[in-house]
Amino acid sequence: MARQIGDVILDLRNISLSFGGVKALTDISFDVREHEIRAIIGPNGAGKSSMLNVINGVYRPQQGEIIFRGQHRRDMDTHEAAAAGFARTFQNIALFKGMTVLDNLMTGRNLKMRCNFLQHALWWGPAKREELEHRRKVEEIIDFLEIEHIRKTPVGRLPYGLQKRVELGRALAAEPQILLLDEPMAGMNVEEKQDMCRFILDVNDQLGTTIVLIEHDMGVVMDISDRVVVLDYGRKIGDGVPDEVKNNPEVIAAYLGTQH
Amino acid sequence: MQFFLEVMIGGLLSGVMYSLVALGFVLIFKASGVLNFAQGAMVFFAALSLVGCMEKGAPFWLALPLAFGIMTLLGIATEKFVLRKMVNQPPIALFMATIGLSFFIEGLAPMLWGNEVRRLDIGLVDEPIPWILDNWNMVISKFDLFASGLALGLVALLALFFQYTRVGRALRAVADDHQAALSIGIPLQHIWALVWAVAGFVALVAGMLWGARNGVQFALTFTALKALPVLILGGFTSVPGAIVGGLIIGASEKLAEIYIPPLLAGVFGGNFGGIEGWFPYVMALLFLLIRPEGLFGEKHIDRV
Amino acid sequence: MFYRETGQFKTSYAADQQIFPIRQDRIGIGILLFVAFVVIPLTAGNYWFNAILIPFLIFALAALGLNILTGYAGQLSLGSAAFMAVGAYAAYNFQVRIEGMPVLLSFVLAGLTAAGVGILFGLPSLRIKGFYLAVATLAAQFFIVWCLTKFPYLSNNSSSGVISVPGVEILGFRFDSPQSRYLLVLTIVALLALAAKNMVRSTTGRAWMAVRDMDVAAEVIGIRLMRTKLLAFAVSSFYCGVAGALYAFCYLGSVEPDGFSLDLSFKILFMIIVGGVGSILGSFLGAAFILLVPIFLDIALPWFSELLHLPFDGATVSHIQLMVFGALIMFFLIVEPHGLARLWQIGKEKLRLWPFPH
Repeated sequence: MARQIGDVILDLRNISLSFGGVKALTDISFDVREHEIRAIIGPNGAGKSSMLNVINGVYRPQQGEIIFRGQHRRDMDTHEAAAAGFARTFQNIALFKGMTVLDNLMTGRNLKMRCNFLQHALWWGPAKREELEHRRKVEEIIDFLEIEHIRKTPVGRLPYGLQKRVELGRALAAEPQILLLDEPMAGMNVEEKQDMCRFILDVNDQLGTTIVLIEHDMGVVMDISDRVVVLDYGRKIGDGVPDEVKNNPEVIAAYLGTQH
Repeated sequence: MQFFLEVMIGGLLSGVMYSLVALGFVLIFKASGVLNFAQGAMVFFAALSLVGCMEKGAPFWLALPLAFGIMTLLGIATEKFVLRKMVNQPPIALFMATIGLSFFIEGLAPMLWGNEVRRLDIGLVDEPIPWILDNWNMVISKFDLFASGLALGLVALLALFFQYTRVGRALRAVADDHQAALSIGIPLQHIWALVWAVAGFVALVAGMLWGARNGVQFALTFTALKALPVLILGGFTSVPGAIVGGLIIGASEKLAEIYIPPLLAGVFGGNFGGIEGWFPYVMALLFLLIRPEGLFGEKHIDRV
Repeated sequence: MFYRETGQFKTSYAADQQIFPIRQDRIGIGILLFVAFVVIPLTAGNYWFNAILIPFLIFALAALGLNILTGYAGQLSLGSAAFMAVGAYAAYNFQVRIEGMPVLLSFVLAGLTAAGVGILFGLPSLRIKGFYLAVATLAAQFFIVWCLTKFPYLSNNSSSGVISVPGVEILGFRFDSPQSRYLLVLTIVALLALAAKNMVRSTTGRAWMAVRDMDVAAEVIGIRLMRTKLLAFAVSSFYCGVAGALYAFCYLGSVEPDGFSLDLSFKILFMIIVGGVGSILGSFLGAAFILLVPIFLDIALPWFSELLHLPFDGATVSHIQLMVFGALIMFFLIVEPHGLARLWQIGKEKLRLWPFPH
């Protein structure tokens, strides 16, 4: 592989999160290195999605520290996270259903747009130039994801697998440094999974994007990720390269149950 | 101080009637997730139907069940012809449909029963209770007291009905999760029809009381609209919330109406009456900024 | 000529992003504009200008304003009439109180005033959505109308808040004839509609729709919810405010606060429901439809009453009107929630295949 795994760019330290009395995450620490594919796995309700939500500021942890590129933070703010280069997809697709594929992807680039609403109202001049310039970038992503034929279709009308792909496209449109993927392959058939894996690996390889992903398909996880962190009941029970994790007795117990 | 108390108690008593209308909203919202904007129009329609039946010669004891029957029919028709056809649409679309429904009812009611302002006599007069007037020198209306008693009784009855009967349990199940309720064999459509009938009954009682107090007229719909800020205060799903909210709105709007205009007139000159027309809404709006889920509502956590 | 896009190849993204990418549509809109700006002013009578065309354009503008807020940004408002009132009274005050104030400037300032008030009443939208917000906007409706009635300063001390606006004069030309007022309103509405279309097809509009469709995802992408929602309130109120100013200056000439009632707000809401929520074209179609229904009923009902030997008096007609409005709203929401604009679109798609649909 051409890519080189770099230094730690995101370091999460002692993160705890609770909703009322329910503890979602307890004292979790792990790090993410530049250009790597980092997987978070664990049984249902282990707190994986909560973890992603903490990383990009949808939830604010009660305790802990987030260090991103050397900057220490108590918690993230969604807007700050987006501006800092985080982009993500969601477990239950969170596309803008009333808009076309093209518009969804263009919306993904909103932080890169500079014109204000008055310039938009006028259209001719800077707004049009900007729109066309970003359209070109978005078309590159459309080509990359092989969704040319649906660019003008409202996403609400697309089948599930394509919607997942469009959501990845929207995240890519932001040209992120870290891509957070929440179960990108859930509910897909083998063929769709293969496509998705290819896209993820290509993004990682060609653009050097760091990827943090949650996935249930162990085959996929062990194949594509560089390091894996395992959560169970909101606690970290394993962390390391796939082979290490695979043989970790605690992880096996969490997945298969223990013998008494 | 005495005057203050008098105004406040008067406000609280009229607030109970707001609670009564709000209760109709809560019932339908809990069961079907629809904020029924037409509840106000239903109050108007119920009162007109009652008066109409009496004008056609029916005695009060007969007119009441007749009007109830009409309200039930209206509720069932609404469920069958409008809401059932919109099950897959977002709540806000259903809300807009009930705005349409309220226009429809506001046109239908006077078509059926005529549109002149009517008096409704239910054997009570709006006069001070002599005993309180003598001992504390306060004007507390006999009518208001009776009406509040009746309203509270109705609320208690409904609470018991929902808590302890089979139908009540089914209804709570439906309110919690339509799909799940359907899957264990609760006939969703029957339950909805029932809820609309009950909401119609609540509207009838409210319409009867308001109508007897202020005359049966179109303005009833505006009075009933005040139940909306009550809901915001109390939370859309809470029966106790509807009651407490009603009391707060009732008392505060009367106090505002008495005490704020002189203050404004002192600064700007002129007449500033009519504050009660907007006060509940602005209060609800300010309240929303502080506590969006209402007094008794549950805080909502977005899951992604 | 068939309605076809066959053979119209686009070789640049600029060509693909035109408002009307199909040539036949461009010809159609050209003809429409020619009719609106040239043919109608030359042929229509005063009744048409005063009773149909001018109010149609003004209401279309108000509906456009509400559609920006409700259709694009997803925030339901029941207070559009109040923002029209703010516009009407603001324009009046700027005209009366400032010597030599140009009318057009006072329209713009009226819109800006309405935008300011809109932002104020839009603040709750940051914490609440759906019908909670709808109820909150009722506060704007009732409070604003009350203020205009009760504070004599706002209506220049006229009794019960009635204002009579001065005539419209731009660069020495007096817009007295219905024809000239029509052209003035048409020009303003056409420009604002174009501006709205431009906004909704660029980043501003996409941010609104993103907030409407999935606010959490929008936030994660970096869209600031507060700014986006308040901008929608401001722009929407601006449109309603300008519509209110035109309503007073170019349509009625004299207005009172109670004219901007909750009923008018509902009427504007009905326009976007019938016309199409989230569609610029829909705002126009809806305004036309809702305005024409009463006119149609006025003609049709007496005819029916003769036919059926039923006496219909004025009150009955108004009741039937209410029922018809209510039924229409329910009908559209059930059968075609995206309104006439969607029907138009479906019609065009059918036409593209006609006469060989398979």
